[in-house]
Amino acid sequence: MAFYIPSYKKSKKAFVFAFCTWWLFWGVLQITILQNVGVNAVIAAVDSFTSVCLLAAFCLLIVNNMHYYLPGKEKYLYVLIISLALSAFWLLIVKLVLKLFYKNEVIYLQVLSQSGGIRYAFGFLMIGCITMLSLLLYTQQEQQENDKRKEDTDRLAKDAELNKLRQQLQPHFLFNSLNSISALTGSQPEKARHMIQQLADFLRGTLKKEEQQWISFDEELQYVKLYLDIEKVRFGHRLQTEITFDDAALQMKLPALILQPLVENAIKFGLYDTLEDVTIFIDAKTTNGQLQLTIQNPFDETTAVPVTGTGFGLSSTKRRLFLLFGRYDLLQIKKDATQFITEITIPQTA
Amino acid sequence: MTAIIIDDEPLARMMVKEYLQHYPTITVAAECGDGFEGLKAIQFHNPDLIFLDIQMPKITGFEMLELVDEPPAVIFTTAFEEYAIKAFDAHAADYLLKPFSKERFDKAIQKMMLQQNNNAPLITATALQTAIQNNRIVVKENGKIKIIPYAQIQYVEAADDYIKIHTADGVFLKKKTMQYYEDNLPAQEFIRVHRSYIINTQLITRIDLHEKDSHLLLLTTGVRLPVSKAGYVKLKMVLGI
Repeated sequence: MAFYIPSYKKSKKAFVFAFCTWWLFWGVLQITILQNVGVNAVIAAVDSFTSVCLLAAFCLLIVNNMHYYLPGKEKYLYVLIISLALSAFWLLIVKLVLKLFYKNEVIYLQVLSQSGGIRYAFGFLMIGCITMLSLLLYTQQEQQENDKRKEDTDRLAKDAELNKLRQQLQPHFLFNSLNSISALTGSQPEKARHMIQQLADFLRGTLKKEEQQWISFDEELQYVKLYLDIEKVRFGHRLQTEITFDDAALQMKLPALILQPLVENAIKFGLYDTLEDVTIFIDAKTTNGQLQLTIQNPFDETTAVPVTGTGFGLSSTKRRLFLLFGRYDLLQIKKDATQFITEITIPQTA
Repeated sequence: MTAIIIDDEPLARMMVKEYLQHYPTITVAAECGDGFEGLKAIQFHNPDLIFLDIQMPKITGFEMLELVDEPPAVIFTTAFEEYAIKAFDAHAADYLLKPFSKERFDKAIQKMMLQQNNNAPLITATALQTAIQNNRIVVKENGKIKIIPYAQIQYVEAADDYIKIHTADGVFLKKKTMQYYEDNLPAQEFIRVHRSYIINTQLITRIDLHEKDSHLLLLTTGVRLPVSKAGYVKLKMVLGI
């Protein structure tokens, strides 16, 4: 029995061929048997043709039906019931048709009524086998599709994780910092050692923190300061920072690693968008029981082009805030000709 | 032999200088923190070799190099691995990935000297690739550098070996081909409507039938430009008319 795989033309052709051959074989066999019990050749052929064609049609019906609907748990019971019912139905039609056709052939009618049992057994076997085969085949196909889908999902999840990790490690920051350390080792080894220490602390902080984790602003600030210290070694006097906060803000909570990307962004735009020395302002205050953070960096309106089109690399922060609080208004940007200001508000949940 | 180091990180410049101490024949003529200073220093000192960072304030190393008429040998120094292919398109002598070792640095110098002895052209102006993904064009005007974001381009016009970039602030020349900008400007916003014109589709106000098979296009700025038969087909496709 050929496999029925509708999506492939070649296998479809092979299926049709095998299917026809299969029924031809049973048709010829039936003619021979009928002739052996004394039925004349023409009648035997008509009988055989009618029953075999009808049976083949029933089988095709089942194969196609199963293609769209696969029985679930009790599939074997389903196969049994459908085979029993369909073969009974088939036998009924065959008998009706042939009786109508050969009303006056007494010998033949006798053979027909006597062979009911064996015909039923034959029909049941055929339909049962085909149903069973297509059930197995379709189940296997479904399994393969499921496996593939699962594989795809796994791969996507892995890619996403890898991207996140890459993002966290910030390769450019890392390699440039290493380059600075390499430069320092020759002339100022003490400073180099210090910077290695800072870099190690920073990386440890990155790896340790879970995005879901809530930490105090104080803790996030220490981490941001570490980052700023390293950047200051890299860029020298060009980079200045001013950090202001009210004491109440220090104990406020915020999602881990939410401030750092904003500061990173501010440095990137400040340093790469102007030629002068750059001062980054960071301010934290409490308003209405919420933590409000402001990051300000210089920029040049005339040449600043949002690199991704989503707006100065802030879209991922916006997305994160939305996922956490279900609000899009927690991140606001303001800009004039020379300053770019990012403000985020963190509601304090219990 | 004179060299110029262009990098926005002081320690990175120091590193190169330190490695160069082993080469008494190479003197460092200048150190620059950005492409603007770099361009000035190159014009002033006319060096044989430059060490060039890629990501720098305002304009990238690639963009700066585009503005140098006869570029010297270039060794790129950067932490960005993804620029390597572009650097070799720019016929760089070598490409050093930060942080690099003394041995790797020595190799780059040897390679550069070998190329220079063979008189091989290190940079060919036409082969230079713009840092076009920045959505802007960098041009030089009276020795000053100007950055033109794509949105400010009204249209680009062919002029022999050059192209003219028309903006609200004036017309700028650049040694590039029409083909280059046809390929690199965003296809939805810029269409080459004629052998000699690429226009900003945002500025179209009217398209009139001029003669059989040719149209005239009116921009919001009042400029009229010819549209070829092929150009008209492209216009219709992009504008959906």
